[in-house]
Amino acid sequence: MPSGVLVFGEATEDAKLNPVTAELIATGTRLGGPVTCAILGSGVEPLAQECIAAGAGKVIVCDDPLLANYQGDAYLPPAEGITREADPAVLLLGQTMIGRDLAPRLAQRLGTAVAMDCVALSMEGDKLLAERPCYGGSARARYTINGSPQMATVRAKSQEPLEADPSRQGEIVKQAAGVDAGAVRTKILERRKEKAEGVRLEDAKVVVSGGRGLGGPEGFKPLEELADVLGGAVGASRAVCDLGWYPVAHQVGLTGKVVTPDLYIAVGISGASQHMAGISSVKNIVAINKDGDASIFKSSRFAVVGDWKDIVPAFTDEARKLKAG
Amino acid sequence: MPHIICLAKQVPDPETPASQFKVDEAAKKVLPVPGIQPVPSQFDTIGVEAALRIKDQVKPCLAMGADEGIHINGPAANGADHWATAEVLAAAIQKVAPFDLIIAGRQAVDWDMGVVGSTIAEILGIPVVTIAKEVKYADGKVTVERVLLDGFETVESPTPCVVTVSNELGEPRYPQLRQIMLAAKKEVKPWTLADLGISAPQNRVNLEALFVPETKVETEFIDGDSPQEKAVKLAQRLREAKLI
Ligand SMILES: Cc1cc2nc3c(=O)[nH]c(=O)nc-3n(C[C@H](O)[C@H](O)[C@H](O)COP(=O)(O)OP(=O)(O)OC[C@H]3O[C@@H](n4cnc5c(N)ncnc54)[C@H](O)[C@@H]3O)c2cc1C
Ligand SMILES: Nc1ncnc2c1ncn2[C@@H]1O[C@H](COP(=O)(O)O)[C@@H](O)[C@H]1O
Repeated sequence: MPSGVLVFGEATEDAKLNPVTAELIATGTRLGGPVTCAILGSGVEPLAQECIAAGAGKVIVCDDPLLANYQGDAYLPPAEGITREADPAVLLLGQTMIGRDLAPRLAQRLGTAVAMDCVALSMEGDKLLAERPCYGGSARARYTINGSPQMATVRAKSQEPLEADPSRQGEIVKQAAGVDAGAVRTKILERRKEKAEGVRLEDAKVVVSGGRGLGGPEGFKPLEELADVLGGAVGASRAVCDLGWYPVAHQVGLTGKVVTPDLYIAVGISGASQHMAGISSVKNIVAINKDGDASIFKSSRFAVVGDWKDIVPAFTDEARKLKAG
Repeated sequence: MPHIICLAKQVPDPETPASQFKVDEAAKKVLPVPGIQPVPSQFDTIGVEAALRIKDQVKPCLAMGADEGIHINGPAANGADHWATAEVLAAAIQKVAPFDLIIAGRQAVDWDMGVVGSTIAEILGIPVVTIAKEVKYADGKVTVERVLLDGFETVESPTPCVVTVSNELGEPRYPQLRQIMLAAKKEVKPWTLADLGISAPQNRVNLEALFVPETKVETEFIDGDSPQEKAVKLAQRLREAKLI
């Protein structure tokens, strides 16, 4: 009988625990647990204790230089092996660059299915109810899964982690990756990081985002200035990233980043459901838009109707004064 | 010339205004909006663009459009979930094999699931590279530029393989009148599951509910006689709310 919850944790590029790991462990705990956390990568062993503090009863560490940079072909054999061995009722991964790629392939190898990008999970008896946005965020669908394990990927920041408790006890098991380098058919030739200046979008308490209403790439200058005054980061709609006005790494939304600042200021953004998907858990949205009927206003706590060119500079000045005084 | 198979799905127009987007909760279906035509899923037209760019690169004058179309129909195919769909598409792909490259969208913009391309690769036992912003083909290999969270990565894969494409690849070319006329003359082969020699695959997920989530926000419109006054008021309100 499959039982318990297995979650796949993740390390960030600078070898820290990706926060989504604690969110997955907490979700598994709320689904009834017990939670085993598997963590694959290179140099990830020091993270095991943190997974236990986050609520995992058992941590399986698979530390191998071959797993340094994610490649599906390298991750799948250990991921499949660990899952078959653990035989969990529920298997959770993060909806991250890794999870998006790994989960569908792992599901097929295990002969089961995966509900991708879930934002709400619960158990009804031994059935997992997996709820996920669809139609670009306009609708929600709830699924059950016939195969085993019942798999889901979970949207980052959609679930609260448990409070970390370093005194928690748990078991740590080391496991060999068992991957033959020759079985990895793909090859990473190069990796390029888009240099991020200032506050990281994902960590920012304030995000100032610009859309097509800025009229051109130069419209981002005043937004950068405002973000600077507020100690925040700059985001962008897909429309402006597609137009090349701002780097793709700043895109917020369904196919961009999910952000959870305390304050999100949307300038010249219409509020398409796919954009709103990236800020669905933000409580304080401010919209500046010249169209009084723009749909962004429906989700905004504060709204200003007008041309951003008149509003943003005066707003920045006043904010600077208030911050100084 | 590499043989490229592009996968494309028809979906309700994702630009449908939110006010017209309606769901039949009992039927668990999205209601078609009168006057708004279904469209090819956006990432799939980008997939065709990726294929045409490879053709351009290999033999410039041939690149006028896709050469052949196949439409798999049948009630079973229509009620299929993502996994059954992948099984049917994999069977069809095997029927048109040999091929060098399968291009799919990163996700179909109706259900936004993002599993079919990778599942097909697993069924066929071939490599897959997901979320591409550039796809190049040379000497039996593809070189794919992938979009990462904070950058890009270049991945090489032997063929045959599956690549899923993202919007960062760029806008699909706009078909010219001549091509539209040529396309109208091209035969779209209607295939049934019987033609593929398979019976309807089992669904692996059940859709239990479909609904429109409620958003309840009280919006405070900041008024003023001039834009400057509104701006100052906004800053002050945000200060009061301890947000700045
Ligand atoms: C599958 C799919 C995935 C997608 N993923 C994403 C995603 O991740 N992120 C995303 O953002 N989008 C995404 N989109 C695109 C989305 O549907 C919208 O097209 C996009 O968000 C629109 O960007 P925008 O609001 O900047 O532009 P527009 O919709 O053109 O809005 C511009 C706004 O600016 C206002 N404006 C114009 N001039 C001024 C001015 N001078 N002052 C003030 N306001 C002004 C206008 O009134 C308008 O409301 C996706 C679409 C699809 C189909
Ligand atoms: N019914 C279908 N017919 C053709 N291609 C499909 C179908 N469903 C999915 N695909 C392809 O698989 C991609 C991902 O779909 P999905 O996994 O459903 O989000 C789509 O962008 C299409 O390229």
